[in-house]
Parts: sequence; structure tokens; C-alpha cells
Amino acid sequence: MSGESLVRVENLYRYYGDFCAVNDLSFELKRGEVLGLLGANGAGKSTTMRMLSGNLAPSAGRIWIAGHDILDQPRQAKAALGYLPDQPPLYRELTVDEYLLFCARLSGVTRKACAAAVSRAKERCGLQEAGRRVIGNLSKGFQQRVGIAQAIIHEPEIVILDEPTVGLDPIQIREIRTLISELATAHSVILSTHILPEIQAVCSRVQIIHRGALVLNDTLEGLQRRMQAANLLASFHAPPAVVDLEGMPGVERVEQIAPGRFRLHVAAGMQLAEELVMLSVQRGWRLFELTAERISLEQIFVEITTRDSTAPLAHGEAA
Amino acid sequence: MIPLIAARDLRSLFVSPLAWTILAIVEALLAYLFLGQVDFFLQIQPRLAGLENAPGVTEVVVSPLFGNAAMVMLLVVPMVTMRLLSDERRNLTMPLLLSAPVSMTQIVLGKYLGVIGFLALMLLLLALMPLALLLGGGLDFGMLAGCLLGLLLLLGSFAAIGLFMSSLTTQPTIAAISTFGVLLLLWIVDWNRAPAGDGDGSGLLGYLSMTRHYEALLQGSFNSADVVYYLLIIVGFLVLAIRRLDADRLQH
Repeated sequence: MSGESLVRVENLYRYYGDFCAVNDLSFELKRGEVLGLLGANGAGKSTTMRMLSGNLAPSAGRIWIAGHDILDQPRQAKAALGYLPDQPPLYRELTVDEYLLFCARLSGVTRKACAAAVSRAKERCGLQEAGRRVIGNLSKGFQQRVGIAQAIIHEPEIVILDEPTVGLDPIQIREIRTLISELATAHSVILSTHILPEIQAVCSRVQIIHRGALVLNDTLEGLQRRMQAANLLASFHAPPAVVDLEGMPGVERVEQIAPGRFRLHVAAGMQLAEELVMLSVQRGWRLFELTAERISLEQIFVEITTRDSTAPLAHGEAA
Repeated sequence: MIPLIAARDLRSLFVSPLAWTILAIVEALLAYLFLGQVDFFLQIQPRLAGLENAPGVTEVVVSPLFGNAAMVMLLVVPMVTMRLLSDERRNLTMPLLLSAPVSMTQIVLGKYLGVIGFLALMLLLLALMPLALLLGGGLDFGMLAGCLLGLLLLLGSFAAIGLFMSSLTTQPTIAAISTFGVLLLLWIVDWNRAPAGDGDGSGLLGYLSMTRHYEALLQGSFNSADVVYYLLIIVGFLVLAIRRLDADRLQH
């Protein structure tokens, strides 16, 4: 994960009238990283991406794309990024080839290199057969692919994809995910989604945005560690009292789910299973079920976004 | 980048039936007007022959033809320009241009150049009509050049106003109606002054009127003030369109 930082965002704000859509957002993205922006509808994901791509001016704060300030040197900054908005920006009356050729030239690909760039983008997005078809007649999935092809046609260093897999069938979603993982080898990718498994499938870094503010910024490994810091489910034929269990070192809280069945909230980093088994044998609790419960990303997400706090909590490294 | 955007626009225009329909209908209307004018010339030709300093075929046929063509264009140009930017907004294709390494000025100029290309094609088709008269006689080429320049400048101003109006809205029809309103207003702005005033149109309203500057060029008198008037309109409205697109990014 070491490398130069391709995207740097500092104290970004965006207001729509009095409504604050993006509230003091700062982060960095290094080469080779895939950043997943996660958030409920209306959390400010699209607004953030529109600002990163230069479509929307921030109310305050600065954005550097590949070392260029997007407001001071928009041309250099925009040359380094490819952007797919939530609705693919397609000219429906053109054919795929015409459209991609236009996009390539527009993004500054030289005339000579255009044909190669178009065929390469088509190949990566599985559009080889569709070159001569009119975009308006393509299915939604293919239109989405054309949109992605458009974003990567000039081999930008940063690819910004706003909900790239919306409206696709499961097979296409898998293909797009493979494509994103492929892109990540040479480019940096920022993608937004509200589909949680997608984040786990392709992202190396996750940010959760809630009401415009960054509430979580962590690598996927960090997140997985957090998900393992989990609970134990234990069932006994001769159950002990709750206080006995609570007395064990490392147990934060004990919940009785059913008679004889408990959920033990374990403090982060503690391994309790072995000790529990030993204790059960010593005291004759007759343990017959012991399950490690993992927190899913969904639980983390729900916990963070429904926590009713005005002050956003920053977790992990460098929020 | 500017020619690229212009070419894309023209391409989209010509794959839709709109461009062809407009070209065909305008051509038919102008041909009808042209033939009427030629017919009129043939009728009065014997009488003209007796006059000293008689007006030639260019004055009798070509100038009125261009005068009428301007009226037709007043109706047609809003239809051509209405979709320029409003369609990009409506189809959500604006982000493509905005996230590409091109400036707002390049986008607006590209759009403008595209529509000028289309209008120039119309002008070319129109110019062929008087040139056909060469088969049977001579033409005053200076005057024809004045007419062509006049109509080109006029169309240029129409298009700039239309482009600006199109930048204001997402609804093409609203863009068309407001363009038409502004054009018509600039066309008739000095009408109610004419009977009461000094009649030579030297007042402010007279200067604002598109008609006066156009008529001067149709008469074959090239006055730099007229040309500057049109250039001012073109540059002014293009700058407004650029500012308008810039403002899009700032506020919502």
C-alpha cells in the first residue's frame, strides 16, 4: 500500500442552500488502492464524486487529483481521471464505436492512438461485438459497460465509478467486479455503492459516509479484524448464573437469549473459547454449543449509521 | 477539442430526422419565395429596360430573397439551437464534457461552431439559388457578397442567442420559445418608433434593431458599425453562456 497519493481531499464541504451534503471530508487515496464509498441513499456519496470529478465546485476545501488542484489546474487534473456518473453519460444516437472514439479524443488521446484505445476499452468491458450497434438500442447492462469503457478509455490514473453495478444482472456484476479488480493493478479506483458484499469483494479500503460526514475510514483488513472481534454463543445443559459468566476476565457483557443459552460480548482482542470450555468442565456446566459469532459488515454499517450522534466518530487509522 | 465537439454535435444532428426535415422545408420555402421573385422580375423587366439607372436582377431578386430568408430563419434557428445544451442536461451527458480536460469556453465554442456549421450549410444551399441566375445573365457579386455576409452575421447572432437560451433550461421547448421571443423583440424593437421619431433610426432602439443593420448590408453598403453590432451580440451571448455553465457548478 505504499505509493504516491493520487487523490487528496482536505476539509471538503458542500452546501445545497442550507443543507450540508458533505461535511468536512478529508481523505487520501494511494496508487493501486480501491476505495469503496459506502453510505445510505442521500448520504453524500454522489455529491462527493461529482466534486472529485470537477462537475461540482466545493463550497469549501481542496481537492488534488494526481498532484493537480482541481480548481486551479482543472485540465491536468481532469486528464488524470475517468468518471462514470450514476447515470452513464451516453449519446444514445451514436454507435458504440463513434461514441468511444469521441470520448477518447475528448480525453486527449492522440489521433493515432485512438483506434487502439477504443478497441482496448471495448475488450476490457466485453463490448467487442457491440461496436457497430447504436447505444440507444443496447440493454441497460451494456449501456453501463459503455459508460465504464468511456471512463477508462484514456487510461486515467484515477477511475471514479458511481454505483457501477446498479441495474446489472448477477453475471454482469461479477464481470464488472473482475474488471474493477483488474483496473486496480494499474489505476486507483473510487467506487460508491450501497451493496455491502461488493465492498468486500473488490475494495482495499472502505469509507462509510453518513449525513455527509466520514464516520469510518479503514482498510479492508482492519475492517475484517474488527468483524472478528466478535461474540461467543454458548449453550449449557446445566447453565451457570449470569454473574458467573460475567466474572470471567475479558467478558464485557452477557446476554441471555434463551434458558441456558447466552451471548457473551467479548472485549476486543481476547480469546475466550478455550477458557470457557475448561471452566465448564471444572464446574460441570455441561457445555454443548459454542459458536463464534462474526459481525458482518452490514452490522457495522447499521451500527454506525443509525447511531444517533451529531459528532461523527472516527475509527481506524487516519480518519 | 472545439472542432471535435462541433463534429459530434453535427453528427448527432444529422442522424436524427430533425436536421434533414429542417433543411428540406426551409429549402422548399425559400425556393418558392425565390421563384416568386424571379417571376416578378420577368414581369417588370420590359418596363425596367426603359428606365435609366434601372435596378438589376440582384436588387430585384436577390436582396428581397435574403430579406425573406431572414424571416424564415427567425423561425427556424430556435428549433436548431434549442437542444444544444438543454439536451445535454436532460440526457445527463453534461458530466462527460465537464469531467473531460476541456474548458467551459471550449465546450460553448464547440457547440456554437457546430450549429454555425449547420446554418452555413443552409446558407450555401440558399446561395445556390441566385448563382443559378448566372445561367441566364450577370449578377452584382459585390451585392451578393453583402447579402451573404449579412445573413451569415445575422444567423451567427441568432445562434449565439439561441445557445445562451439553451444554457438556461433543461426543456428544449422553453429554450426555443424564449429564443424566438428575444429574436422577434430585437427584430421589431424599433417598429413603434418609426412613425413618430426622426425616421432614420438613429436612436437607441434603432441601433438595437437587427433589421436596420441587416437591411444596410442587403443594400450592398458595408458599414463596419453594422458588422460590429453583430459581433457584439455574438461575443456577448457566448460569454453569457459560458458564465451560465460555470455557475451551474457553483450553486444549486
